[in-house]
Amino acid sequence: MLLNGTRRFGALAVAAALVVTACSSGASPSPTTLPPTSTPAAGTPSVVTSASATASAAPSVTCVTGSITAVGSTALQPLIQDAATAYQGHCSGATITVSGGGSGTGLSQVAQGSVQIGASDVLAASKLPSANASKLVDHVVARQGWIVVTNKGVTGVTNLTTAQNVAIWTGKTTNWKDVGGPDLPIVLIFRPQSSGTRATFKALVLGGATEATGGQTLTEDSNGAVTTAVTKTNGSVSVIGFSYYNDPNNKPLLNGLQLDGVDATIANVGGGTYKLAADGNLYTNGEATGLTKAFLDFMKGPEVQGTIIPKDSYGPIAQ
Amino acid sequence: MAQLTSAQRITGLRATPSLLERIDLPRRVVFVAAASMVAIVALLLAFIAWQGIQLFVKDGVSVGTIFSATWNPLADGGPQFGILPFIAGTIAVTAGALVISTPLSVGLALFLSEVAPSWAKAIVQPALEIFVGIPSVVWGWLGITVLVPFLADTFGGSIVISLPIVGRVFSMPGFLTGFSWLAGSLVLSIMVLPTITSVSYDAFRAVPQELRTGSLALGTTRWQTIRHILIPAALTGVLTAVVLGMTRAAGEALAVQMVIGNSPTLPASITQPVTTLTSQITLDMGNTVFGEPWQDALWTMSLVLLLISVTSVVLVRMINKRRMGS
Amino acid sequence: MTATRSLRRRSSRGSILADRAATVVMWATGVLVLVILGSIILHFALAAWGVVSPSFILSDPSGDTLGGVMPILWNSIYMLVLTMVVAVPVGILAGIYMSEYAGDNAVTSTIRFAEESISSVPSIVVGLFGLILFVDDLHIGFSALGGALALTFFNLPLMTRLSEQALRAVPQEERNASLALGATKWQTIRHVVLPLAIPGLITGVILTAGRVFGEAAVLLFTSGVGTPPHYNFANFDLTNPASPWSPLRPATTLSVYIWKLNSEGLGAFKNEIVDGSAAILISMVLIFNLGARFIGRVLTRRLTAA
Repeated sequence: MLLNGTRRFGALAVAAALVVTACSSGASPSPTTLPPTSTPAAGTPSVVTSASATASAAPSVTCVTGSITAVGSTALQPLIQDAATAYQGHCSGATITVSGGGSGTGLSQVAQGSVQIGASDVLAASKLPSANASKLVDHVVARQGWIVVTNKGVTGVTNLTTAQNVAIWTGKTTNWKDVGGPDLPIVLIFRPQSSGTRATFKALVLGGATEATGGQTLTEDSNGAVTTAVTKTNGSVSVIGFSYYNDPNNKPLLNGLQLDGVDATIANVGGGTYKLAADGNLYTNGEATGLTKAFLDFMKGPEVQGTIIPKDSYGPIAQ
Repeated sequence: MAQLTSAQRITGLRATPSLLERIDLPRRVVFVAAASMVAIVALLLAFIAWQGIQLFVKDGVSVGTIFSATWNPLADGGPQFGILPFIAGTIAVTAGALVISTPLSVGLALFLSEVAPSWAKAIVQPALEIFVGIPSVVWGWLGITVLVPFLADTFGGSIVISLPIVGRVFSMPGFLTGFSWLAGSLVLSIMVLPTITSVSYDAFRAVPQELRTGSLALGTTRWQTIRHILIPAALTGVLTAVVLGMTRAAGEALAVQMVIGNSPTLPASITQPVTTLTSQITLDMGNTVFGEPWQDALWTMSLVLLLISVTSVVLVRMINKRRMGS
Repeated sequence: MTATRSLRRRSSRGSILADRAATVVMWATGVLVLVILGSIILHFALAAWGVVSPSFILSDPSGDTLGGVMPILWNSIYMLVLTMVVAVPVGILAGIYMSEYAGDNAVTSTIRFAEESISSVPSIVVGLFGLILFVDDLHIGFSALGGALALTFFNLPLMTRLSEQALRAVPQEERNASLALGATKWQTIRHVVLPLAIPGLITGVILTAGRVFGEAAVLLFTSGVGTPPHYNFANFDLTNPASPWSPLRPATTLSVYIWKLNSEGLGAFKNEIVDGSAAILISMVLIFNLGARFIGRVLTRRLTAA
């Protein structure tokens, strides 16, 4: 009996070790396209040339060792996270920690000097007192687009004009049948009033009109919570970022709408025909130096703009 | 426990205590450890109070205006920081949670103290302790994935109660979405159940056995004993339990925020979204900047929360002092 | 006595019926609790089946595949240890004071009031306090240290109360015997009372640890919400935020990670990761709770003359 137990345990231990080895070897891929370079001294940037299979020119990544923290907008977080992972894959001496916390947190902490990069959906001047805002330097790294989505049950509605949006979001239109949909009450799902997304939508689409309040409205704190709420609530409508709409988990459960007849795509954001879009602002306290500068340059560089940004459904900045 | 000062070594070589013994280092060290809790509370109160009054002191908002029902920091005529919807929402959701969980908790406490055989106790008590340990985000996740859709699907449309002969007795609009006052109260009631149960259980156990045996000797049933003897005797303990549960419910942030719908208006109906102090703070804190009036208003709301919890501690002490006095 | 007067008025058949009904109801509450708990555990066991595996526990998060929660689990454990390192000694010492030295005076009353106040304060308020103190005023940003200190503040009353209970459970005869033999009060505490209280103290430590492990609201504002990078455990430079051993870096824990995924989670496996993380959390709670009971019982039997 004892022997059986020991043998079984031994087998499990061996199996576990095999699984662990298999998984951990797959977890951190080393970029095979990079030729080995000499180990850089701390703080000294070294240029690493990578021969990417897709790019025609040879892009270069400036590697600086050190550690920085980026905090702020949750809408930009996926992009910064992916860019940070890519950068750290090229440059093993760099550590970039990405946290959320909201645009306000990002602006507060970068202004106080607690973090190096503060990501915000809105301009610093609109939130911070001018003395603090003037110290911050804005680095625009992407264009963000938002799309109006409804629950799958709202059939027959594929487009909403600006005027229809205003009527719906101010509470004048309360049933989907008034805009060509089924006989379902409209449930408005807002982001918090303090959210940059909501402010942008209000400015660009609603023209500053007063939004509805009351029993047919919900407020959810973030893109993810909003998406979950829309998928589960009949007759609901909300505004989410492109990355959340294009996520394979979410897309089948959502009904994405055109705005004034224009499809919500990155191409249309770039072309200027889709108007629900804004810059993604990364702020630094004063000019960026060292690893911060290297990372921001990397974000404006071809790998991020050409590969990561489209994959994450953002729009590239005008080059 | 007898009050003993440092006892001198009877068998020591010195007749008088040494300097070290006179200082009584151990006593001072452990006193500092215990007194640190006073320092912590003082710090907490100081920081939150200081930040909480900035709205009035620095931003010039008058104290009366925050008790209005209009919360609109982006209003055209100037920001309106009326926090009444949040206070009302907190009260509403907490009251709902207590209404649901108090009978259950007291029943469970009675079960454990009077009815359950030891094998049943040995199963239910650990189960309660595990309940306490389940993190609030998990309750919120369950609420949002299981409870909210259930409420929307089952009770969407209208809720109608009809009796035979009499006909329609009661009807109200149902859950448009599942995010509602009721969802919040249900989630909270499960979270405060262990608290109210365990404190009530201690209260029932503290009732002297003579009261029970005396009553049974008079020929009453167990339920009569419980109803007429036990519950009145343990009443202060049960009240304490309810106040503690209320405090826990009022202070809960994450789980509640995920299921109540967060509509910044006064609570209208249990099927409609509400908001609470804690949920609004969670929503807006990250999007506001340190030092701006909007965030100062959130700090004021935190101060209100802190005052609620300190008040409940005072309330519990008053309840128990009355018990001591009688 | 009004009770006996009202008792005499009822018919005996009615009261027996009421008694039976009440018994059924009380049993029903007991069963209800078990049913709810059982279904929750079952729900997560089913949802996390096929998700939680050694590779899930040991791999880094990945955007495109299921990945794992290793750095987050590390942060949970790290935060737990860092918190307990401060909370346990201070809590036990405070418990010693409250149980052995405290008199029936205003000072003791104030301390108890403070203890009860902290227990009643909402966890989010403690988190906000940490936000002002560590992040805004001291400018250290989101950090594991800030989170651990905030958690210590929050759990100190629990640790103190459990320690006090454990110490009070030691029979007074033991203390009297020791003092009668000529020991000082501190010698008595150190050599007699504390060893006898160890089972209770360990139970207290484990129960407090269970609470710390699952905490989220406090950490949301003090130690940050993000996806940790790949940790290089060979990096022992404690001042370097890149080192997983440093207390000065943002540290997202499992509970906070669940909150984050619900808020901003992307990727095809978001729901699976949440279910897996929740399953790990609940398993740890179960282990802590049942372990505390088991160890308490074993140690009590072994260390005290049963």
